[in-house]
Amino acid sequence: MTENYTKNIVIVGNGMVGYKFCEKLLAKNEKFNLIVFGEEPRVAYDRVHLSEFFSGKSADDLSMADVNWYIDNNITLHLGDPIKEINRETQTIYSFKGLVQSYDYLVLATGSAPFVPTIPGIDKKGVFVYRTIEDLEAMTSYAEFAQKGVVMGGGLLGLEAAKALIDLGLKETHVVEFAPRLMPRQIDQNGSKLLQHKLKEIGLQVHLNVNTSKILGEEQITGLQFADDTTMSFDMLVISAGIRPRDELARQSGLELGPRGGIVVNECMQTSDEKIFAIGECALFDGMIYGLVAPGYEMAEIVASYLCNIDKKFKGYDMSTKLKLIGVDVASFGDPFICEPDCKTISFEDSNKGVYKRINMTHDGKHLLGGVLVGDAEAYNMLLQTVNNKIVLPPNPEDLILGARGGAASEGAGVMSLPDDALICSCEAVTKGAICSAVMDQDITTIEGMKKCTKAGTGCGGCVPMVKDLINGTLKENGKYVKNVICEHFNFSRQELLDLIKINNIKSYDEVLDTFGKGDGCEVCKPAVASILASLWNDLILKQATIQDSNDRFLANIQKGGTYSVVPRIAGGEITPDKLIVIGEVAKEFGLYTKITGGQRIDLFGAHLNDLPLIWEKLTAAGFESGHAYGKSLRTVKSCVGSTWCRFGLHDSVSFAIEIENRYKGLRSPHKLKGGVSGCIRECAEAQSKDFGIIATEKGWNLYVCGNGGSKPQHAQLLAADIDSETCIKYLDRFLMFYIKTADPLTRTATWLNKMEGGMSYLKNVVVNDSLAIGEELEAEMDTLIKNYKCEWLEVVENDEMKKKFNHFVNAPEEKDPSVSFQPMRDQIMATQW
Amino acid sequence: MTEDVLTACEWIMVCDAKDIPENGGACVKVEDEQIAIFNFARRNEWYATQNLCPHKQQMVLSRGMIGSSGDSCEPKVACPFHKNTFSLQTGKCLSNDEYEIKVYPVKVENGKVFVSLE
Repeated sequence: MTENYTKNIVIVGNGMVGYKFCEKLLAKNEKFNLIVFGEEPRVAYDRVHLSEFFSGKSADDLSMADVNWYIDNNITLHLGDPIKEINRETQTIYSFKGLVQSYDYLVLATGSAPFVPTIPGIDKKGVFVYRTIEDLEAMTSYAEFAQKGVVMGGGLLGLEAAKALIDLGLKETHVVEFAPRLMPRQIDQNGSKLLQHKLKEIGLQVHLNVNTSKILGEEQITGLQFADDTTMSFDMLVISAGIRPRDELARQSGLELGPRGGIVVNECMQTSDEKIFAIGECALFDGMIYGLVAPGYEMAEIVASYLCNIDKKFKGYDMSTKLKLIGVDVASFGDPFICEPDCKTISFEDSNKGVYKRINMTHDGKHLLGGVLVGDAEAYNMLLQTVNNKIVLPPNPEDLILGARGGAASEGAGVMSLPDDALICSCEAVTKGAICSAVMDQDITTIEGMKKCTKAGTGCGGCVPMVKDLINGTLKENGKYVKNVICEHFNFSRQELLDLIKINNIKSYDEVLDTFGKGDGCEVCKPAVASILASLWNDLILKQATIQDSNDRFLANIQKGGTYSVVPRIAGGEITPDKLIVIGEVAKEFGLYTKITGGQRIDLFGAHLNDLPLIWEKLTAAGFESGHAYGKSLRTVKSCVGSTWCRFGLHDSVSFAIEIENRYKGLRSPHKLKGGVSGCIRECAEAQSKDFGIIATEKGWNLYVCGNGGSKPQHAQLLAADIDSETCIKYLDRFLMFYIKTADPLTRTATWLNKMEGGMSYLKNVVVNDSLAIGEELEAEMDTLIKNYKCEWLEVVENDEMKKKFNHFVNAPEEKDPSVSFQPMRDQIMATQW
Repeated sequence: MTEDVLTACEWIMVCDAKDIPENGGACVKVEDEQIAIFNFARRNEWYATQNLCPHKQQMVLSRGMIGSSGDSCEPKVACPFHKNTFSLQTGKCLSNDEYEIKVYPVKVENGKVFVSLE
């Protein structure tokens, strides 16, 4: 061979691992000819997320790369052409379509096939396997005429397949499993019991210890017969009874196989022929097939390294997994099954919340060996770290799965429990440790001081509440008394000040400051008091424009470059074609960038201050109202399409979302408020990530509260179940008003609840059981606010004096800010970057 | 001495006093400069500064909230973008030593606002 000779690497199989091998080899920058043969007609796609095909992902969405990727990287790709023979003597392969290709190295990434047991009737119509997009397409068209489906096999893939059947809209979905438990490779008997219970709640019926003996029906399946001669009727069957490595090509070429199949490989992934490698689910390493994608990728890395003369060995792979299965968290790590007397075990079960946790420890209680989590897998990463790094366990290891107990958590305890190196301000890279030591060593006790000392909070400002909690928490830990006050000008908490303002019937900021404060106010107390005044009286906020934050002062969101964005209300995300046209026309006329927001409405960016009243003249004329995107107030109530169109919808979620959004529009609160309404448990409106979320049930609505997306996502918690619309609104009135009256400034509902003594059970008592006997009062207060609602922008466009406040130069009203500039981007504009 | 300096200033009439909202600010154009004028009505004081916030070079200080800081009640303005605060008297940034803004002499006579750029 000459020096310029480029070696041929032939890859058989174009699945996820085969694709990853190409990617990894290319990344190592050595020159090879890569030739790929794939049996399927498509380029490699993501099989792990196959079930998302049913929740609307297309084959394209799932693909790992497009054909151009192969072309751009000079990879020869033969699709729909399996290899039928390897001649190891001549190092040549022969394809089904008749291609002959020589190789220097051959990589077998042939994957696996579903294991199909030999049961009489297995070839009937309506019997499917779950492996390829073609399988899924066949299932989809058959499911249109099917009512009752069953999955054979209760492992990980089987449950995925069951989810697929539910998504396909089958009336009944069952799972039959030979073993006495679900997911026998990952979880134990108790975990399985709990999982089974949770699955039942979402309509999946599980039959364990069941041995299928026959598939009934003439041409097509009509049911299953079991070993005890009982039968059940079904219209379709999906087989997911495990995988079988695709080793037939290796077998025929005389490569060494395992006793139960699988191509035997060494720690370099070499088969018994050193020129031939096997990776992924067809490879048998140390007697084991690795049926997960991560070890497959690791194997790809090993071979790519070998070919580039990098020394790397496969040393087995940690099969710990965490996944969300039909909405239920399931995790197993380390050795989940080791039992007494080989270890000590702690387990915890809460069948009310649907949580099961088990940890296995060494006898001396010092090290963690493994465990199982079902229903709540939040601790997974930490537990896995503890196993893998052999971290010594604390004296009360049960805290690992139960959390520290002993009385209600103190205020801000969540923040204080973070490790010292936790990044609090990501803009300026300030850690918790830096903030706490600034408090202790430099006596910093204010946000202003902290900004100056550590720069924390000087970037986007999103971390300021957390910094405040850390300052207070650190002071408290050091035994200093901390009074929760708004700022240096008011020696009261927000709740105290709200009560004082209300009792004394005060309507203006200046009067509040004169009566209860000192100094001249600041950028913290002004908007806080403005919010209190708005929440109490719901007067037009522009009457006191200069105590409002910039966004509220100009009724729009200030953006980079000093322009504003405009968001008209589109309640529930429902909009007519005519209104869409108006938005398009306005955007064109004023040169605005348009984008759909996360709250199902349309944001128009790049508006000059001067143009805001002109824009709103057009929008209000077309019937639009302010969307209050600029305010600490109700933003949107997101909805899924609901029962009016959706075949799964139980109730009309859109109409209910619109009713609720219009009810609370303009409601000023300590922080922004977001809501959602979903028409069924599929939860397409993501209502559980909102401040309040409503999900349809067979009997009515479930009301969830205090959820949050944002930087610290938190699921909303159930406040009331199966309630009617009227009750739902009553509880919402009480909940929102209680939040408005008691939360600290700029505190979202989730943080408010986290800090509340007694937590959710206390909140439930106040709202549902009316334990404080303030229910009627809260409802009446909400009623007043709702009656006082007026569209702020309508007030402005009808008032010439107010319109004048939107001029950039008071001495040159016609002139717009000349410093504003834009850059073109994808046929629109963007702000010039700072 | 101070008298002399002040009288020596060239005063430019920029707007009517009623154009600037009470306890807030607005922007005026003086030649090619943008100047923020603040009507601190609560203290019966007027201030003028550059309109540009030096943190991210944004022409927005006139849209900021004003107030006071500390026992000395130092008058200040907060930038609407990231809430950096600046003394209206000295122009020093109170939240970050790296920044400073220009402040200008300002006076109100017969309902008219005058500033001096010198």
